[in-house]
Amino acid sequence: MRSLVRTNASLVWFLLCGLTAVSWALGTYDGFGASHHAQASLLILAVAIFKVRLVGLYFMELKAAPTVLRSLFEGYCLVLFGLLTAMFLFA
Amino acid sequence: MLPAVMERHVPGEPGIWVLLFGDMLVFTVLFTVFLHERGAKPELFAHSQAALNRALGATNTLVLLTSSLLVVLASHAMRRPPLRHFARRLTLGGALVGACFVVIKGFEYHEKIAAGIAPSTNEFFMYYFVLTGLHLAHVIIGLAVLVVLSTVAGNSGPTRTHIAFFEGGACFWHMVDFLWIVIFSLIFLVR
Repeated sequence: MRSLVRTNASLVWFLLCGLTAVSWALGTYDGFGASHHAQASLLILAVAIFKVRLVGLYFMELKAAPTVLRSLFEGYCLVLFGLLTAMFLFA
Repeated sequence: MLPAVMERHVPGEPGIWVLLFGDMLVFTVLFTVFLHERGAKPELFAHSQAALNRALGATNTLVLLTSSLLVVLASHAMRRPPLRHFARRLTLGGALVGACFVVIKGFEYHEKIAAGIAPSTNEFFMYYFVLTGLHLAHVIIGLAVLVVLSTVAGNSGPTRTHIAFFEGGACFWHMVDFLWIVIFSLIFLVR
């Protein structure tokens, strides 16, 4: 069982939980003021897309997938990040 | 170079990826529409967001991440004969932890409805209920998939088809996980 748990996926789980706490703290803190909260929000979006990428690469095992499939997923993450930040800033 | 057991392969049946990318596209459109509407009424959206329970949202993120990890470990166990007997229990464990998401979401909805908040309250809450409701439907489907996968995982001599079926179902569950990561950030945190 120990050999099963000692994987990159377990380490990534710790990282994902830590990043969730960071995002939650950034989103909950009200002391930034409106302009600085926009910067915090952009950071929250960046962390979210980074987490999506980690889930894709290590949980869905796309890290070991054929280049085409992995590239499609990486492209999706990139487009999602671009789209969300652009809509947040300019909509 | 990747080790032999990690030779490049498509996780699951290739067809499952059409479904997954299609679902991801639908949610991406909804995320874009939400941010477009937010742009028109930023104060209303920020004020309404303050009524959400961010602690429950964060807890649900941790719940899905933990459930996903158990399913990943079940996938690994399926492929390693000496550890295969763990696969069923890990999959059921993943489903059990995942079911906590539904309970917490039910509590969250109850909180909102008790406070007089409904989809008709304003645009923010309309999108809140549509996005989280559609995602909740995916969670419930995903839980049913995990129960089916647990029977596949109980097979002592799984074929390549069994393993591919398991991987495809697991990927659906991981997609449900990462869609929540975006929904939580977008609806509960970003303002």
